[in-house]
Amino acid sequence: MTGTTHDDHSRSYAARAHGMTASEVRALFSVANRPEVVSLAGGMPFVAALPLDAVGSMLGDLVTDRGVSALQYSTAQGDPVLRELICTVMALEGIDAAPQDVVVTVGSQQGLDLISRVFLDPGDVVVAEGPSYVGALAAFAAIEAEVVHVPMDADGLDPAALAAVLERLLAAGRRVKLLYTVPAFHNPAGVSLADSRRAAVLEVAARHDVIVIEDNPYGLLGFDEPPQPALRSMTPTGVIYLGTFSKTFAPGFRVGWVLAPPAVRDKLILASEAAVLCPPTFSQFAVVSYLQTQPWQEQLKVFRELYRERRDAMLEALHDLMPSGPTWNHPAGGFYVWVRLPDGVDSKAMMPRAIAERVAYIPGTAFYADGGGADALRLSFCYPPPDRIREGVRRLATVVEAELDLLHTFGPASHTPTGRPGAEHTRGRVRADSPGPELA
Amino acid sequence: MNTRAVVLAGGLTYEREVSLHSGRRVLDALRHAGVEAVVLDADSQLLGRLAELDPDAAFIALHGSAGEDGALRDVLDLVGVPYVGSTAPACRLAWDKPCAKSALTADGVLTPEGVALPHATFRELGAAAVLERLVARLGLPLMVKPAKGGSAMGAHAVTTVEELPTAMVGCFGYGDTAMIERFIAGTEVAVSVIDGVDGPQALPAVEIVAADGVNDYQARYVAGMSTWHAPARLPGDTAAALAKAALRVHEVLGLRDLSRVDAIVDADGQIYVLEANVAPGMTETSLLPLAVEAAGLDLAAVCRDLVVRAAARR
Repeated sequence: MTGTTHDDHSRSYAARAHGMTASEVRALFSVANRPEVVSLAGGMPFVAALPLDAVGSMLGDLVTDRGVSALQYSTAQGDPVLRELICTVMALEGIDAAPQDVVVTVGSQQGLDLISRVFLDPGDVVVAEGPSYVGALAAFAAIEAEVVHVPMDADGLDPAALAAVLERLLAAGRRVKLLYTVPAFHNPAGVSLADSRRAAVLEVAARHDVIVIEDNPYGLLGFDEPPQPALRSMTPTGVIYLGTFSKTFAPGFRVGWVLAPPAVRDKLILASEAAVLCPPTFSQFAVVSYLQTQPWQEQLKVFRELYRERRDAMLEALHDLMPSGPTWNHPAGGFYVWVRLPDGVDSKAMMPRAIAERVAYIPGTAFYADGGGADALRLSFCYPPPDRIREGVRRLATVVEAELDLLHTFGPASHTPTGRPGAEHTRGRVRADSPGPELA
Repeated sequence: MNTRAVVLAGGLTYEREVSLHSGRRVLDALRHAGVEAVVLDADSQLLGRLAELDPDAAFIALHGSAGEDGALRDVLDLVGVPYVGSTAPACRLAWDKPCAKSALTADGVLTPEGVALPHATFRELGAAAVLERLVARLGLPLMVKPAKGGSAMGAHAVTTVEELPTAMVGCFGYGDTAMIERFIAGTEVAVSVIDGVDGPQALPAVEIVAADGVNDYQARYVAGMSTWHAPARLPGDTAAALAKAALRVHEVLGLRDLSRVDAIVDADGQIYVLEANVAPGMTETSLLPLAVEAAGLDLAAVCRDLVVRAAARR
């Protein structure tokens, strides 16, 4: 007999499907959902803070009053009323946009997918911050593009470093199409692009004929200052903007959008039609109802205060409990703290110990397309209440201490990916170590 | 009246994901064979649910400490729920790989030469000095794996001295004691043993050929990453010797109902036993279901018979 692979289709897959595999790290995430585990892994908005009774009756009215439309197909570009309202939301960050240039998507993740389909051929290069949002890396990998990271510091993307990377790539004959950036309260790094750098980043991108993809899920979730003007507010061309209601309302509706120049917009609409026919009508109507009937700007204040309190709890716990060695940033908004580990401590190798101690985080490797990030990890403060955050950090501190002890015994880990060669991302491979959507 | 069973799956271990897959497969099999069954997680609700359901027997599809270290079986004994599988003392022995290895070696079963050392030993004696002597004695390549646990988690094959510290750190993430063994090159096989009316029966060995030579987590649980041959492509006398070795392991460790013995057959036909599993994986890519099929048996009937046997112990 010839043996079995348990997969009758193994010879039929596209090359890009070969990297779509489970991994040891991914399996560890399945424990994160158990109540005994303090999960500092997931970037899940705290939707329990929504006025659920009011939202419930709003949704009931929607079906009763407008069910015939809300439960029907609609257009690929999205509901016109919603697109008008989206423009008023974007105006809060200084964007002057017309509803006809907005394309509603199934979360901004679909926006990333559509942009990838429209702009990227296999082998094209996307430059992105290092670290970068795991969902964007997955979207670019699915289209077999290559991501090259540009270092960032406390002020976000460094324009000089960006220029250097672009020049190196162009000199090597690479086709660099996009700069993917999260300029406000970055996922996972927690930093924002400084005002003083914004014009320079746009100038460097324009000079190298690279389109800027501005992904802005957290812009309205700043704790201290009013929102910074979006990059898109500084130039109507050269920036394609991605927005979402996942953090300002609820991710379960899966409603996001792309704001693009007219020619790009038309291609995105056609690509979206091919992918999903139309974004979910019911969800779009729900968002319209929410924006029209609920005090959503007041609710944003509730979210900001809630996340600020949790951010404070996390920073205080890190300060009080973490052994010396790790360092972390102090985010002024968003959901995340990025922790750098002492040289030689490997956040991926540390995960099973963390699970044993009943705490979960995302290892930094999930946020790099080139195998980097083992020396860092992401902590989310958005979901657990402050006392659980403190308990989670206490457990994590125990884990880090044990790793430092190992480091003392065995010397620095080489950060060479252990186990299967090729499990890390290469072009066209979906990274096996990335978390599922509820943790992204 | 139908037999009523609970399938225990999930748990709070590294192998939760694998266990949930196993549990689902066993549930389907039992229902297919006419057994009334539900899946329960090993959590704070479990004892209440067991009291409420009062099942005839439990099928333990929990991998990792919860299902294999004997503790849960002690609790099931305490509350009077019979279960499929080995007793708590037998599990404790099999779960502790160094102890199991000693018991097997004492009985003349061949296992790879190696040692089991806790982190503290490396810390106290100096890691470099200990590793140097390990390599001098055992040579390279080496296999580094946690002394407890399964699904190849934390296991690394090491071919150079430079890789050894990283492999040790990776292994100690999963537990405080590491087993470092001589890497045996050869045919990787697994033999499932099932107790029937005529005593323990060794099913045909399953041979594992990992796509890139490393039988790690992905190779085990991702369809398409490995090729499995059932029965293994071994000469008849080697296959017979392998079956005998597996039955011997089942007996020496005092295992019951079902077990899976992992082994390597080297180029000379020598059989090295790696470990015994008391809660073998039951996923779509697991070895015991493949062996059942190769033996011409029906997984549903096998699972049902095991549950009925367990229920009779009440």
